[in-house]
Amino acid sequence: MTLYDRFPLLLERFFERLFFLPQGFLSADRYVRLRRTMVVLMFLVTMVPLTIMLLINYHQYRKTLEQETVSQLTILENKTKHSFELFLRERLSAVKYIAHAYSTQELKDTSKFREIFFTMQETFSGFVDIGVIDPDGIQVSYVGPYNLEGKDYSETDPYREVRIKGSYISDVFMGYRGFPHLVIAVEKRMRAGRDMVLRASINIGTFNDIIASLGLGPEEDAFLLNTKGVLQTSSKFYGQVLDDFPIQLRSKAFQPTIMETTDPQGRDVLLSYVHFPKLEFVLVFVKLRSKIFHSWYALKGQMIVVFLVGLLVIAFIIFQLTGLMVRRIKQADEKREAAIQELEHSQKLSSIGQMAAGVAHEINNPLAIINEKTGLMLDLLQGKPDMAKREKFQELCKAILRSVERARGITYRLLGFARRLETHYEDLDVNEIIKDVLGFLEREAKDRNVAIRLELDPELEKISSDQGQLEQIFLNLLNNSLEAVKDGGEILIRSWKKKDGRTAISLADNGSGMGKEVMKHIFEPFYSTKKGKGTGLGLSITYGIVKNLGGDITVESQVGRGTTFTVSLPKKVMAEEGENDV
Amino acid sequence: MSDYTVLLVDDEEDFTQALGERLELRDYGVRVAASGEECLERLESELPDVVVLDLRMPGLSGIEVLKRIKSEYPDLPVLLLTGYGSTEEGIKGMQLGAVEYLMKPLNIDELISKIHQAVGG
Repeated sequence: MTLYDRFPLLLERFFERLFFLPQGFLSADRYVRLRRTMVVLMFLVTMVPLTIMLLINYHQYRKTLEQETVSQLTILENKTKHSFELFLRERLSAVKYIAHAYSTQELKDTSKFREIFFTMQETFSGFVDIGVIDPDGIQVSYVGPYNLEGKDYSETDPYREVRIKGSYISDVFMGYRGFPHLVIAVEKRMRAGRDMVLRASINIGTFNDIIASLGLGPEEDAFLLNTKGVLQTSSKFYGQVLDDFPIQLRSKAFQPTIMETTDPQGRDVLLSYVHFPKLEFVLVFVKLRSKIFHSWYALKGQMIVVFLVGLLVIAFIIFQLTGLMVRRIKQADEKREAAIQELEHSQKLSSIGQMAAGVAHEINNPLAIINEKTGLMLDLLQGKPDMAKREKFQELCKAILRSVERARGITYRLLGFARRLETHYEDLDVNEIIKDVLGFLEREAKDRNVAIRLELDPELEKISSDQGQLEQIFLNLLNNSLEAVKDGGEILIRSWKKKDGRTAISLADNGSGMGKEVMKHIFEPFYSTKKGKGTGLGLSITYGIVKNLGGDITVESQVGRGTTFTVSLPKKVMAEEGENDV
Repeated sequence: MSDYTVLLVDDEEDFTQALGERLELRDYGVRVAASGEECLERLESELPDVVVLDLRMPGLSGIEVLKRIKSEYPDLPVLLLTGYGSTEEGIKGMQLGAVEYLMKPLNIDELISKIHQAVGG
């Protein structure tokens, strides 16, 4: 057999092991374990895929959202960077043009220079002033709102840088002017070798305009830094122009680069930055993560709600379902158990009955001989009136005959238990029979001061049954009840019509009652609690007769509270039932 | 009292002997057979007034003997005896023509009254 063939069998065995404890464990444990295993398994089978789905969704959505945010940011950053570059290059070109297109003479001519500057200012926004610096670093010509002519720039960065590079764009600074601005300086080469420098300052208000035009939301920020990390434009989150930007950027990058970090205020931020080629600026975009992931958090919340609701519904269904299933299984088991017990019980009664019949038969023959021999002796004594001790012998013989009579009574009852006497059916009033039977025992009840109460249904229908056997049943039961109650006790006899059409008669006493163990054996032959008294046949015979009449007899009892026997009889006995022997 | 002849058929000789003597004391003529076969043999030579027949015997059973008696001597009354309290066999016997059916151990007075009923009726 291949493994494939055996697989279903192995699977079945596995589940068998999983769900059921081996036989012999307490049944309560079995069902608890069965239910627990079912709950766990069903939970796993339903919740694991659900959880995996949840986690995948969660991460996938987050990733998508992040990618989308980053790509948006990158596009915006590149666009903005270009705006800045364009702005600065245009201004640089303008200054270069003026430096090259006009002669030193023209630039030194104040009115001409003013004319040039105003034209430039009209064409390109942001210029604040312009000046010409001679090779010694002295500003020899100036147009602008400040009086800066004659100022010495030889020791300033722009001057030195421009001498080396030919053109220069400065960081933003306050300088003499007292407001943030930057400087564009261009070298004007002279044939004589004494190169002049043209410098113009630009108001960085334009930078702010560019950033404002981005239309950033309250959770977003954009600003320019220089390479030393000093703010070149005001930042919404991190201070004014020329303040230090508190976050250390990573490496220099000419493509937008994403950094995830926590700012000094403790907010998680997504930071994107890009360096300008050839310029000492860095454009920085900042987005608060809480903003980015706002929709993600909302989704997360919804997913968790759905998950929890699903969890509750599944748990509820699983608990209900397993409870129901286990209860059903338990009921089925119990039913089977009861059926087996019933069968065992009736088999036991049946075999005991057979044995009883055999015993009765075997004993009756010798009993008959004793009977006849003793009878003969009595007969013979009768004919010898003058024999010595005749009366003594007669007395002895009569004692033997009484014992034979007693033994005969026992064997007859045994046979009655084993083989029913002929049943003669007629329509009978059960209430009447009960009253008749009561007549036999009234005296004993009166003597012992036992109250017998009757609650007989006057509407009771007649049933087809055997009078003698019914009398026997009630006589036995009533006898039994009388023996059970103490003097002054009470017996309640009731009759009523059951819903299924059968007639029920109950005899309840307030005697000592009996335990479960006794109740189990009460209908078995030779079972007696009255040690030394009684044959233990009364109730087993009653049981046999009731069964023979197609009826049923049940007993309920509580120790100390009393015992109730209930007989139910059919309206008519089915043919087969009448033939039934125990 | 009476001079009826009774044939007692039972394999228990202690029983038939004692019962026989008691019946004789009461002036009945008593014949005894210890088996069904012996019973039929005796009937050939002499017919009693009544047969008291045990149903349970080795050899020919009481029922079998009853059948033969009823076929050969239809008017001979038969009382059945048994130590076995089988209603069915008793009823069967009565259906086959037995007069009555008595259970062991017997009450002698009851037996005598049945004998009188059987012979008289």
